[in-house]
Amino acid sequence: MSGFWAWAGLAGLGAFHGVNPAMGWLFAVAIGLQRRSRAAVLWALVPIGLGHGIAVALTISAALLLRPLVGLDVLKVLAASALIVFGLWRLTASHRGRAGMQVGFLDLVFWSFLMATAHGAGLMVLPVLLELPSGEAGLDSHGIDAHAAHGPHAADPAGMGVSEAGWHALAALGIHSAAMVAVSAAVAVAVYSWIGLAFLRRGWINLDRLWALALIGIGGLSLIVQAL
Amino acid sequence: MASWTPDPTFYPSPRMAMSAPAEKLGYVAILDTTGVRPDALGVVDLDPSSATYSKLVGRVDMPNVGDELHHFGWNACSSALCPNAPHPHVERRYLIVPGIRSSRLHIVDTKPDPRQPRIVKVIEPETVFQRSGYSRLHTVHCGPDGIYVSALGAADGGGPGGILVLDHDSFEVLGRWELDRGSQNLAYDFAWHLGQDIQITSEWGTPDMIEDGLVPELLLGGKYGHCLHVWDLRRRRHLQALDLGAEQQMVLELRQARDPAKAYGFVGVVVSLADLSASIWLWHREGDQWQVRKVIEIPAEPAEPDQLPPLLKGFKAVPPLVTDINLSLDDRDLYVSCWGTGELRRYDVSNPFEPRLTGSIRIGGIAARAPHPGAGPVNGGPQMVEVSRDGRRIYFTNSLYRVWDGQFYPDGIRGWMVKAEVDDAGEMRLDPDFFVPFDDGYRPHQIRLEGGDCSSDTFCYP
Repeated sequence: MSGFWAWAGLAGLGAFHGVNPAMGWLFAVAIGLQRRSRAAVLWALVPIGLGHGIAVALTISAALLLRPLVGLDVLKVLAASALIVFGLWRLTASHRGRAGMQVGFLDLVFWSFLMATAHGAGLMVLPVLLELPSGEAGLDSHGIDAHAAHGPHAADPAGMGVSEAGWHALAALGIHSAAMVAVSAAVAVAVYSWIGLAFLRRGWINLDRLWALALIGIGGLSLIVQAL
Repeated sequence: MASWTPDPTFYPSPRMAMSAPAEKLGYVAILDTTGVRPDALGVVDLDPSSATYSKLVGRVDMPNVGDELHHFGWNACSSALCPNAPHPHVERRYLIVPGIRSSRLHIVDTKPDPRQPRIVKVIEPETVFQRSGYSRLHTVHCGPDGIYVSALGAADGGGPGGILVLDHDSFEVLGRWELDRGSQNLAYDFAWHLGQDIQITSEWGTPDMIEDGLVPELLLGGKYGHCLHVWDLRRRRHLQALDLGAEQQMVLELRQARDPAKAYGFVGVVVSLADLSASIWLWHREGDQWQVRKVIEIPAEPAEPDQLPPLLKGFKAVPPLVTDINLSLDDRDLYVSCWGTGELRRYDVSNPFEPRLTGSIRIGGIAARAPHPGAGPVNGGPQMVEVSRDGRRIYFTNSLYRVWDGQFYPDGIRGWMVKAEVDDAGEMRLDPDFFVPFDDGYRPHQIRLEGGDCSSDTFCYP
């Protein structure tokens, strides 16, 4: 996967997460309606974006920690398999968040974190992140695990690799979250200001099912790429 | 099974739900009073253009005798669109039908043929007792995070009553809802202010106070319920008890403002010990505290002792006995059933503190015995009342609760379901062509309308 497409993929997934009402824009609209304020719609997206970002960051961090232990190739297969299993589980199970409607900043951060985690938002990002090309000390299969395998000589480059991988992960998280929040904000403001909630009655397609299929699809694709 | 688009009967706001198409079918709980036949859920044709209009066109018998069907509700409703717990791709399809005497739960599937519903699952009383500690199941509401069912008491017939939760999908009893019940012991109805994370509950009596009939000593001693309870819906904790005064006996049906941004609602009180009047009270939030005040009082009507059942002869008056109320989706019209005097009243409650009487229908009544325009003499009086989502059609039945029916209507209630219509000028009158008789000892209780009605759904958006 070329760099451009991987970055675009991260942003695209952010947009996909952002457009899902269950990820937060609908909650923001409801809060705006309750307080009769468009500013409240936008303000609610701050904690919602934060919670989403934390959920994704935790998954990425776990992957970064696992990488030196299992190697990139194994990690890719693990991530892809986890996606497929998670997607199948999402297809069959039904899960509902539990939160009130009177929510403060931290409530919303926590709610968004739970929703993103329960939906596997971070997992979905992982295969794309792992495809980011990153030069000689980067994330691909010539990356740090290869160096680590070379023993003592690997110490310095591995350090470089980890830090570079860290920066890449951070950039990936930033792009993903920015896209998620931007799309959430656009949809929330459009629904709040112009479209109206009646739109939900027909327009709210079952994104959870699409989401589950996306999890399985991305996992499967990633496995195929690995096998090639 | 999940669908691709939301169930078309879900509406984000109560205002939007008012534009829903007119209902064509109604479901009604049918109670057997002979004690040898099972109760049933009936299907009534509500489509005026149909050849079988106002006829019972379907029914499903319960598997046991003696359930005493009473109230029931849908598995899912507009609360599925709530942003905090969204799950809009479920179907409004199953009716959760409890027996108030047996504590048995029936899950009735209204698809594929809504005229021929089928029982697909039965939860036996022992399971209900074991998992929740509660018995005598009453109100059913579809919530954002589960199906809630109120219960009048414990398995042994005493208190406390409370609320149990059913799983959305499997309908299994998950357990009791309360984490901290505070001073609450009696239970009856419940209602949600989803916008405020508040639940309100009301009080009737424990099973041993009601199942052998209204006990005059308990009534005169002010022992039946006279409080409302305010709960933190999110933390499942009791916040406040609102005492209406011990003379206000039996605080029953709760109708909260349909607009979730409004923090008020109405409750009916059956009878005042002071003067046999009935009343409607308004609960409302003032800052952090909830308060309650009487906003409507309906006086008893004088009557000759020979017109009255033994229970009332000494009083020489008929108490109105407000046993059910309902509120239109625009929070404007409050319908009040006066089961004793045989009157259905309508109040404009646009200003909830100052209701105005805007309509009245007389039918039945302990002393008045007002006739139906199409069917002639009837007995019983307006009791369970349900209103169409557009607010134009009002349906009601005449039976209260089997053993209590006989105390107020000693001739025995001959069951009926009728319909009132509201014309363009706002006038309310009975439809002479709509009279559903329930003969042979069957009596009707709660009505639910196809696709939803004014008391079936709770909303998250104003």
